[in-house]
Amino acid sequence: MNKVPGAAYLLAILVVVFAIFGSGFATAANLLNIGVQSSVLLLLALPMTLIIMSEGLDLSMGAVLSFAGVVLATMLMKEYRLVTALLAAVSVGLAFGVANGLLVVTLGLPPFVATLGTLGVAQGLALVMSGGQSVVGIGDALPALYAREPAGVPFAIWMATGAFVVFHLAFRYTRLGSYVSALGGNREALVLAGVRANLYHVGVYALGGVMAGFAALLLTGRMSAGHPTAAIGLEFDAVAAVIVGGTSFERGKGTLGGTLVGVLTIGVLKNGLNVLEVPSSLQVASIGVLVIVALVLDSIVQAIATRRRGVRTA
Amino acid sequence: MKTLAYRVVALAAIGIALTFATDVFFTSGNLLNVLRQASLTFLIASGLTLTILTAGLDLSVGANVGLSACLAATVMKSTDSIALGVVAGLGFGALVGALNGLMVTLLKLPPFIATYGMLWTLNGVTYWFMGGETIHGFAPGFRSLGTGYWHGVPIPVYVMAAFLAVGGVFTRYTTFGQEVYAIGANREAARLSGVPVRARLNLVYILSGAMAGLAAIVYLARLNSAEADIGEPLTLPAIAAVLIGGTSLFGGIGSLTGTLVGALTLTLVVNGMNLLAVDANWQPLVTGVIVILAVLIDVMTRQRAEARV
Repeated sequence: MNKVPGAAYLLAILVVVFAIFGSGFATAANLLNIGVQSSVLLLLALPMTLIIMSEGLDLSMGAVLSFAGVVLATMLMKEYRLVTALLAAVSVGLAFGVANGLLVVTLGLPPFVATLGTLGVAQGLALVMSGGQSVVGIGDALPALYAREPAGVPFAIWMATGAFVVFHLAFRYTRLGSYVSALGGNREALVLAGVRANLYHVGVYALGGVMAGFAALLLTGRMSAGHPTAAIGLEFDAVAAVIVGGTSFERGKGTLGGTLVGVLTIGVLKNGLNVLEVPSSLQVASIGVLVIVALVLDSIVQAIATRRRGVRTA
Repeated sequence: MKTLAYRVVALAAIGIALTFATDVFFTSGNLLNVLRQASLTFLIASGLTLTILTAGLDLSVGANVGLSACLAATVMKSTDSIALGVVAGLGFGALVGALNGLMVTLLKLPPFIATYGMLWTLNGVTYWFMGGETIHGFAPGFRSLGTGYWHGVPIPVYVMAAFLAVGGVFTRYTTFGQEVYAIGANREAARLSGVPVRARLNLVYILSGAMAGLAAIVYLARLNSAEADIGEPLTLPAIAAVLIGGTSLFGGIGSLTGTLVGALTLTLVVNGMNLLAVDANWQPLVTGVIVILAVLIDVMTRQRAEARV
């Protein structure tokens, strides 16, 4: 990362404002709380970054996460082992991710409508499997795991940090990074270079499904239950975090570091508004506004940068 | 319009199948009910059709219906005036459309992302505005707009027919309509031939918002109550109706008549599921599969057409 993402300034401003006006915002406990609240979102936003860089979109993530959560909770309720249940949840995610990838890449459907369709399918399956009710009585294994705090840091933060490190290393030190950038920016060159572009492209969507499966572990652990509509709309937060983090829908530009900042910005915004006792419904609306502000700021910064460059070359 | 003929045949086939499969389907009561339901889906989907014809999209229509209905309900309750409530609903719907238009034309955001952001923003504002309250019980004169009959036919069906007629003429026989198709078929070519692309796109999004506002009024009259979550289940069916009707996501191809056929088809499927006592929880799944199939047909038709050229 050679450049500070624009969202970092936004994040800094928000932190300062909330620290001044919200009593109880800048405490260690609350900051850890923001980390925990942001962890599920980060798990989704990491693969969403890669998907958006490939000029795609995955609107089904929230519904797939909900369905995977229902599967996980139902299996735990039937006293399967946690590992088996997690494997099932991740497999469900993988299946949806691969389906999204095949629809978009192999069949050439526009990503936003294809994944809107799979959103409906996942939501329907979650509702049918749970009968529209919360799946409770999932035993102690998962809540106990979720409650663990190795070295004083909650399990959710460890898991999110681990995911970020893995994504970052894979992106930085393997060919994945340049391939994914090329999928969006210069697919032709990738194909000419002999790379199996379709495989990587489907893989990016598959990764989105897998991460939704892992996110189901955290969300189900937090709620000690599976709920068929628990994560509806969470994909919007993920898309918002990616955009706020500076990844663009065109030309395959973007960074995972930027997405991390985007996720934290949304986490801080939600938490800060909570501390200021703004109703949670308005927090949803504020994320929409945040995205617009980030985009407008970005276009202004770019316009200034272009102008400066113009002066220099002239 | 050969593809539309196929779609009508498919619609008829579903109708015939349901006639044989259930006793209730082919009764005037049920058919009028289907028409009433389809007219609502059509109203929401008609503005959406225009945006898709321009190769755009309006994902916010469902959420727009939700907030417009809640606003109209509040105004109607607090002023005791049906007219003011209707104006509030229509006006707010159009305002949302104007904001969408500005995001697309001024900020140059991709339409699906701009209207997707609008969807969640509207949802949030609606929940905040309603604060968990339900507003119900409106004047009988207003409710007849949603539940009433005239000569044995539900009033929403007349509203649908009126808008289909006006909209059909508008899109097919006016310069504005031709320009909408031209923008969708080839935006750059349209611009070079002197079509004021940005102004037209703004108008299309405003129309889409206003139609959502109108649908909100009819929906409110039928439900006789307004809650924060009433708009949420409306988006996917509206998009499904447009796509089943043969309007291409790539722009420039399609029609409001097609969307009517799409709305009828989707309503028949849902109605059939209800009559066959299929659990309502299956509905999002079926709608989702229908959306995917409709887009698949759209993409394959396009690929074949390109291969021919």
